[in-house]
Amino acid sequence: MIYPASQRPPKRPYLLWGVLALGALIMVAPFYWTLISSFKSPDELRLFPPTWWPQRPTLEHWRSLANLQFGSFVDFFRNSLIVVVSQTFGVLLLCAMAGYVFAKFNFRGRNALFWIVLAMLMIPPNFLIIPLYALIVDLNWTNTLTALIVPGLFYPLGIFLMRQSIGAIPNELLDAARIDGASEFAIFFRVVLPLSTAALAALGIFHFIGEWDNLLWPLVVIDDPALYTIPLGLAQFRGRFGTAIGPVAAGSMVAVLPVLLVYLLAQRQFIEGVTQSGLKG
Amino acid sequence: MLVRQRQASAARPGAGLSMHRRRAQLPFLLATLIPLGLVWGSFWLYPLLNGLWGSVTDWRGFVMEQPFVGLQNYIDLANDALFVRSLQNSLLFTLMYVPLALALALGVALLVEASGKLRPLFRMLYFMPFITSVTATALIWAWLYQPSFGLFNQVLALLGLPEQRFLRSPTQALPAIVGYQLWKELGFNMVLFIAGLGAIDRSYYEAARVDGANRWQIFWRITLPLLQPTVVLLLVTNLIWSLQVFGPIFIMSSSAVNEPPGGPLNATITVAVYQWQMAFRQLRLGYGAAVGTVVFVITLIVTLLQWRLLRRDWDY
Repeated sequence: MIYPASQRPPKRPYLLWGVLALGALIMVAPFYWTLISSFKSPDELRLFPPTWWPQRPTLEHWRSLANLQFGSFVDFFRNSLIVVVSQTFGVLLLCAMAGYVFAKFNFRGRNALFWIVLAMLMIPPNFLIIPLYALIVDLNWTNTLTALIVPGLFYPLGIFLMRQSIGAIPNELLDAARIDGASEFAIFFRVVLPLSTAALAALGIFHFIGEWDNLLWPLVVIDDPALYTIPLGLAQFRGRFGTAIGPVAAGSMVAVLPVLLVYLLAQRQFIEGVTQSGLKG
Repeated sequence: MLVRQRQASAARPGAGLSMHRRRAQLPFLLATLIPLGLVWGSFWLYPLLNGLWGSVTDWRGFVMEQPFVGLQNYIDLANDALFVRSLQNSLLFTLMYVPLALALALGVALLVEASGKLRPLFRMLYFMPFITSVTATALIWAWLYQPSFGLFNQVLALLGLPEQRFLRSPTQALPAIVGYQLWKELGFNMVLFIAGLGAIDRSYYEAARVDGANRWQIFWRITLPLLQPTVVLLLVTNLIWSLQVFGPIFIMSSSAVNEPPGGPLNATITVAVYQWQMAFRQLRLGYGAAVGTVVFVITLIVTLLQWRLLRRDWDY
């Protein structure tokens, strides 16, 4: 919109494209640099001036990730996957059910309950960490993946987003199903969920990228390397740049590449998911 | 940012058959509210109350007694030079980051919007860092910032410029982390600005053109005022996020394996890092909870301020 409506933008704004391309280079360069470095030999990593393409590509750093002195990325990857996938499914189910209840059911105290849910959005996550840790200790859940999955199942932003989206479903549709004798469970699974796939995808993506990246909470409740998630495993690299650049590069790529690949395939859903969650969060 | 209760939903659909329907809805209602209430009660409400209570007790890890000490933790905080330092660093970080982040994102959003058929490509590229892992990208940037063999210093050397110490320098460390954060979060602010720009009615531009306004005037008199809700939203979101920043500092500020985060010389210690150290390194849970409460109160004030700002009618 830097062009007033009158002046149609030129068809090929080369100068603008050049400026934007330069900026885009800065956005992408760290990923490129890390990727090629993960394939360079230790000697080549020390070369000056640096090489812009691996001269003799090697997989040694990638292989070394399977047994580092502080654990194995095979375990980290599996743990991350278990935690994030199970939690995201749980969150989607609970948020959709709660969204349906808050949008379409009439019962005493509904609005009060919904305001309580919204009030939770104002609590900074860092505030809850300490008492939550004490609770996990009392429950004897330290060093379990359960401690990473269960506390996050109540997700107020998700409940809010699903209530908005399910609220837009016409009541006539639900009433028609009721007249056909469908139970609320049947209506939820056969009518409400199929009509909410776009919102569910947006919410799922938003939740997934946040949880895939969660460092603070695992750092607090996990200290068994067999249960490290990827961020926690990666964090062990801090301060080790002198000796371990190759593995740092390969390990970072393990965290980044899966998300990046899905992003390249479904970037529109990513961007819209974040826009919606951001606008309403 | 939150909800405008929809009055429409108050007009209860099919009030006549409500008794029957309510009975039919009960199993689903219970199947939703019971698990939700359990998770909320155990992992939100109980910790919330326990945290507030803990902040007025001398609560320590692995010690059973939890004596009540009144406001002692808060009094100690006010006299704790390192806490004051961490608060200053958090504010400094926020003051450097937020204005730059918003200006940069708005600029990029305007350029990307005007880039014609390459718009989807640029939007995708600029958004990319936002979806990737903080831990991984912070590690990458810490490595790029390394003295001598880091990429930034190699580029400086190629240009014939002197070597910079970046993260190892007490004066450059915090700005260096701000630089990382600008790169990482740009995409988020940009897409929200793009959404905001898309919501502006084109007829305003037409009208301005009829009045003979130039691009500059259109930006200052039309685009920016109409973007105000987006600006306020992003201001508050970024403010709250940067007051709580933990991951990038934790990863980037240690230059040796067992060195605590927040260095060099406490130049990058922020309230979140300080809270983590008190609670989980020194196991002073009550003291850490008091730090958390201070941040909570600041966040609350900022949020309420935003509500006031947004409640004003944006009438143009």
